[in-house]
Amino acid sequence: MDVEILARLQFAFTIAFHYIYPPLSIGIGVLLVVMEGLYLKTGDKVYERMTKFWVKVFALTFAIGVATGIVMEFEFGTNWATYSRYVGDIFGSALAAEGIFAFFLESGFLAILVFGWNKVSPKVHFFSTLMVSLGSMMSAVWIVVANSWQQTPAGYHIVGEGLNARAEITDFWEMIFNPSSIERLSHVLSGAWLAGAFLVLSVSAYYILKNRHVEMSTKAIKIALSLAILASLFQLFTGHQSAVGVSETQPAKLAAYEAHFDSSAHASVYLFGWVDEENQKVDFGIEVPGLLSYLVYGDSEAPVTGLNAFPESDRPPVNIVFQSYHLMVAIGFTLIVISLLGGFLWFRNKITHYRWFLYILVFSVLLPQVANQIGWISAEVGRQPWIVYGLLRTSEALSKAVSAEQVLFSLILFIIIYAFLFVLFLYLLNEKIKHGPEEAEQSSRLYSQQKHLFDKTN
Amino acid sequence: MEFTFDLNTIWFILIGVLLSGYAILDGFDLGVGAIYLFIKGDTNRRLALNSIGPVWDGNEVWLVTGGGALFAAFPHVYATVFSGFYTAFMLLIFMLIFRAVAIEFRSKQPMLWWRKFWDSAFSIASILIAFLMGVALGNIVAGIPLGPDKEFIGTFWDLISPYTLMVGVTTVALFMMHGSIYLTMKTENELHETVRGWINNAIIFFVIMYTTVTMATLIYYPNMTKHFVDNPFLFGVAILNMLAIANIPREIHHNRDFLAFLSSGATIISLMILFAIGIFPNLVLSNPNPEYSLNLYNAASSQKTLGIMLTIAIIGIPFVLAYTFAIYWVFRGKVKIDSTSY
Repeated sequence: MDVEILARLQFAFTIAFHYIYPPLSIGIGVLLVVMEGLYLKTGDKVYERMTKFWVKVFALTFAIGVATGIVMEFEFGTNWATYSRYVGDIFGSALAAEGIFAFFLESGFLAILVFGWNKVSPKVHFFSTLMVSLGSMMSAVWIVVANSWQQTPAGYHIVGEGLNARAEITDFWEMIFNPSSIERLSHVLSGAWLAGAFLVLSVSAYYILKNRHVEMSTKAIKIALSLAILASLFQLFTGHQSAVGVSETQPAKLAAYEAHFDSSAHASVYLFGWVDEENQKVDFGIEVPGLLSYLVYGDSEAPVTGLNAFPESDRPPVNIVFQSYHLMVAIGFTLIVISLLGGFLWFRNKITHYRWFLYILVFSVLLPQVANQIGWISAEVGRQPWIVYGLLRTSEALSKAVSAEQVLFSLILFIIIYAFLFVLFLYLLNEKIKHGPEEAEQSSRLYSQQKHLFDKTN
Repeated sequence: MEFTFDLNTIWFILIGVLLSGYAILDGFDLGVGAIYLFIKGDTNRRLALNSIGPVWDGNEVWLVTGGGALFAAFPHVYATVFSGFYTAFMLLIFMLIFRAVAIEFRSKQPMLWWRKFWDSAFSIASILIAFLMGVALGNIVAGIPLGPDKEFIGTFWDLISPYTLMVGVTTVALFMMHGSIYLTMKTENELHETVRGWINNAIIFFVIMYTTVTMATLIYYPNMTKHFVDNPFLFGVAILNMLAIANIPREIHHNRDFLAFLSSGATIISLMILFAIGIFPNLVLSNPNPEYSLNLYNAASSQKTLGIMLTIAIIGIPFVLAYTFAIYWVFRGKVKIDSTSY
């Protein structure tokens, strides 16, 4: 295998693994703000236990997110040195801003969130929770802005020629608010809220099914369901905005989403299908004629650019983009149905009444995770063969000083270490869930007991 | 090259500030990790772990931000060093991952084998992180083979020499000293006395290594002394460095742990300043072919970006300092174990 495919596999693998965790942190972070806010407002101990329990889960996902996140920052330099030289002027500043504005905020207040229960007043603690949640979303802002610049470069000019060419900033705000930043950021954030909301729904439904912590879990379901309803509907809106944006800024990607080969009017949307890239057709597909034209231009007769309008060397792989995109959309609609159904049952006061619905909630935790992963696959593979759309090809962005053997070695180690980490994560998460929240009296008794133990050992 | 106080120089200094902040802060938690296996008993180990518990993660952010700032301000240095040191940096990443999860996972299960495994992972990773960073620093002093296109043209083995290994060991010794002072400051009673007894050994270990490395630098890499020869007043930094080191045993003797810790921090800062003066204006020295070296002009981003980044830094740094002081204030005093501890 050559360096390019290995480096791409390594980046894809490490970022996909990393991306299991930050969405959970962002989503749970928002819910923690609500939970602790309700505790402060009502003084109800149930909310305190709920907050403390979810802080522990949050800490676990956050720790693995931090540990696996530093990898990508290194990989830009280690595996994609030519890319780093080319975009350092632009991409680097977003990354540095992420460090200064987001990571310091998160990591600082996380300490109080996790360890500070007995050190600060409840209000200061709540403020810390708010800041951690804000910080986690701020880091999404900067990294998605940087990625969006790769998709839709703006506010730059190219200096130098050939091997010495590189992009330099001409307008910082134009770079930040490049054409796809806002819609992609809102799409990513709502995906993250869904990931957090459905984890809370899943664990709470599990407790109710097991007849444990029922009061707390019922309240938690209501909190998480509110976020799920909002986020899943918002996701539909941002998803639509994104697709319309892609049709303007990255028409080849949009064409790959729907396997639209020849430019034509009355372009169709496929409900599903299998793309035969060689013969440029979709097998086993069901299509809705004119829907793509209608969704993008509001007119079912409008012409949509097809893949064949681009030179073959500028087209992304179609089937993988098509499949991941369609599955993401299908999951998006499924999440809306589950959320609205939950809302309906809540309205009827029967939210914990039907075991089948609770079972759906238990298993639906996987849906946002899968959608987040494959959504990124369709966005990033759909950008190929470019690393910076229209400017720099992925094949030209590699490190010149790194050999295939070196990348193979590190890739294998990543696979081994991450497999190990993932098993541990599931094991510890499972232990935490089985253990459940501390009972109110128990937690303070445990605390005094430990203090006592501590004093005796001295 | 003349010293002109322009944006490039400011960024040379700011990157130095970020990396010094990293060395002082993560330095003590890596140091606690490096001496961790000498600590006996589960309670004592938990105390050591929780002494850095609320802060180690924030300390590491200095590295992340330093890396991001290097990427933004000097992308060629970032690209050349990270791709050139590929295997070493991958090992560094794996160690950073292991260390982070070891801290998080260790006390989650009561089994002895579980805790022993993560204890070893935490300590070995801490030592290797310090060592690899020292080796990288040693290579910057010694120079690495670069081509005319700013690319590293050597192999992994070119990065390993007696000198670079020695700088690696010196870094471990420095952090062991720094970490043992921190741990003394944060603990009480039995553990406090035990660790306090280790500080002198750590100082001796560090001073022996430091003296040896300094001699080797003067003999083999006299280019590091050029600015000191031209501007004798700069030798004042070296004197301050010596005074800071000499002050540590004095403060420890008088039971002023915090002042000892500040002295140890001052030692690290003055070492970083000596290093920065030594390599200025280069960021990566090319050896052989010094004309291919990366300096603060040929490796830098555009003036526009350096200016924007300076604005970001001026807005951001007061916040960063505010959080840092706030967190250390909230978690001041001796470490105690409670239900939220690791």
